[in-house]
Amino acid sequence: MMEHLPALMIAIPLFGAFTTPLLKKRQNIAAIWALIITVITFGLSLLLLQEVLSKGIIVYVFGANKPTLVLPSGYRVPVRIIFEIDAMGAFMALSATLMSFIGALYSYSHVEMETGLEKYYALLLLLEVGIIGMVLTGDLFNLFVFLEVAGIAGSALVGFRNYRGEASEAGIKYLMVSSVASLMVLFSIGLLYGQYGNLNMAYLSRQIHLDTVDMIALGLLFVSFAMKCGAVPMHYWVPDAYTEVPAGINPTLLVATYASLYALFRVSFSLFGAITWNMARVGWIMSILGVLTMFIGVTMALVQKDVKRLMSYHAISQTGYMLLGVGVGLTVLNDPAKLSAFGRAAMAGGIFHIINHIIYKSLLLMTAGALFYVTGTRNLNEMGGLARKMPYTTIAFIVGAAAISGLPPFNGFASKFLIYETSYQLNPLLAVFAMVTSVLTLASFVKVFASAFLGPPLEKYEEVREVPKPMVTAMIILAILCILFGLFPNVVLNKLIYPAVDALIKLAQYQSWGGLV
Amino acid sequence: MNGNIIAINFPFIVVALLLALGFYTIGFKRNLIKVVIGVEILESAVNLFLIALGYVKGGYAPIYTLAPKKAVGNMVLPTPQALTLTSIVIGVAVSALMLAFAVNIYRHYGTLDVTRIRRLRG
Amino acid sequence: MNFTLLSPSGFWDPVLWLIFLILFGIIGYIIYSRGNPSYKPNTEQVKPYLSGNVEPSKEKIMVRAGDIYWGFITALDEYYVALKRMHTGDLRDYILWYLGIGAIILFILVGGV
Repeated sequence: MMEHLPALMIAIPLFGAFTTPLLKKRQNIAAIWALIITVITFGLSLLLLQEVLSKGIIVYVFGANKPTLVLPSGYRVPVRIIFEIDAMGAFMALSATLMSFIGALYSYSHVEMETGLEKYYALLLLLEVGIIGMVLTGDLFNLFVFLEVAGIAGSALVGFRNYRGEASEAGIKYLMVSSVASLMVLFSIGLLYGQYGNLNMAYLSRQIHLDTVDMIALGLLFVSFAMKCGAVPMHYWVPDAYTEVPAGINPTLLVATYASLYALFRVSFSLFGAITWNMARVGWIMSILGVLTMFIGVTMALVQKDVKRLMSYHAISQTGYMLLGVGVGLTVLNDPAKLSAFGRAAMAGGIFHIINHIIYKSLLLMTAGALFYVTGTRNLNEMGGLARKMPYTTIAFIVGAAAISGLPPFNGFASKFLIYETSYQLNPLLAVFAMVTSVLTLASFVKVFASAFLGPPLEKYEEVREVPKPMVTAMIILAILCILFGLFPNVVLNKLIYPAVDALIKLAQYQSWGGLV
Repeated sequence: MNGNIIAINFPFIVVALLLALGFYTIGFKRNLIKVVIGVEILESAVNLFLIALGYVKGGYAPIYTLAPKKAVGNMVLPTPQALTLTSIVIGVAVSALMLAFAVNIYRHYGTLDVTRIRRLRG
Repeated sequence: MNFTLLSPSGFWDPVLWLIFLILFGIIGYIIYSRGNPSYKPNTEQVKPYLSGNVEPSKEKIMVRAGDIYWGFITALDEYYVALKRMHTGDLRDYILWYLGIGAIILFILVGGV
């Protein structure tokens, strides 16, 4: 079974997604079936991570006699769809499966009163398949297909509550953005196929040279993946989609956005690695986009009245931190002195921020979902004094708000510390923007805390009780993860993050399929 | 010589025109259904680009069964045809979902004017 | 096991930070426990004193979320007016921004700048 792990990671959630609609009569059974499937997939992803960390890059060829038969006899180019899993891909797969499990656990009681739940869980599992396929594959067209699967499943879930007009509006906006971006990705894939005749990313990265058509392909891929991950000024779909989606899907939808960020890194570091190696302008574009994203995201968040919309503007702003960290690393990629001095640590800060952000942003969005469940409204002007009635939600919110503002000892501080120090050495202005953003983030979360939780108890919320146990359990698990990742950051860094950074930097390993050819 | 270049690259010129037309329709038309049709025009442009890539001058259809003698080794590239089929199927799913959302929007908002379907703004 | 996070120009040790936090917390608690013990919760002592006026209902006196950062937002008024005009909510603008930024990035990458 060990050598067929990559195929199992796609097959098991796909099997779950296709059998869930059969459980139409008893909707709790559909929820429990989705929980079982996500737990099994999470266990498989832990096994996969352990395999990759001990044995290097795992290569899986679909349909060959042996799973590592990259070049069959008599061929000089690779054929068949090849999954190439390095430490970065395994890290993203781990976060995808963990967040799907947490989302399914939270959804068990959050959407209990809705109808059509078997479709909800089937779409959740399909979204998970799309994300896992995107991060594990080594083939460009396969990336496009899984990108579209994730986009369609995600937008169907955004428009799930179709008794509200706003949900369909958010759904069509997300679907339009997703399909235009994917069509332009397919156009660049066509350009690259026309030039070189092959679709395998490792083979293409050996052949790419500095040519106008290749630069056009890089530009289109860069901009399309930047739009799909919410970089300013193409971020307008993010608040709409994250507000209207049911709160149990928010963790998985967040990981879908960061899977596009992973695809952006894969294109910049591995596919076009031979060119961006000494072309500093790509790294500068990424860093400037990062700084712009951070600042505009957080200043728009200060004036929002809808609690989930405020949190989704913060999601945009924290994506800027990741773009800044990895952009700094990309800029100094060809200078070994600077790379070992601060480039590698900057990339580690950016990639560590991905998993930290996924954990605390899911926690915060789930507390917002709990507020919606209890009061029936998302408008902050109408809430007040809920801290005494919902103690667990309050504690989870405090942990999440402290983590996102970068207060020690939570996990946000550990990754932001690395990003501040290293971006200062590239250009001091970048670090200034990062710190101002941190302060404004804390300001807006103090606003949410003061208006929703503190204050005198209102009469209309007299008989409000704490939210049901599955929701509380999901939130407490994430809060504990926040604290653990903050207290022991170097354990996470040495075991998960630095292998991922080295997998992105060492192009020769990726190009030779982990030493197979 | 000039006419020959245009004749050879004619499919790619049509692709460029369709891309421009698709983006114009998405960016400047007011009716939501017209915006959805703009996405479909973009899709046709990219599918045409993929098919036109695979053409080999004087090539035959890439099928081995009952192929004529001089067709073996002189076939059009088959991979872009597979890519295009996949893309057409994905396009069908996207169009169906977009139109379903448009029907639901009409039911709740009463209008299909893009400048009035803006409750989620700011 | 080493719990220190090393960065290129410094280090961060969270366990040491926690130990100091607990130490200072204990010192703070000792100072607090020597304070004034005359506070009785849930009696007449905790009601607000309004010179004999009737206390208004809680909905009227609570500070709403929209009013909290009024000074900051009014000071940056021109910036926010421009920013809010960018966020129209119109579906077509989402794609037009994508085209604009795509054109700029392609121009930079192909070698114009």
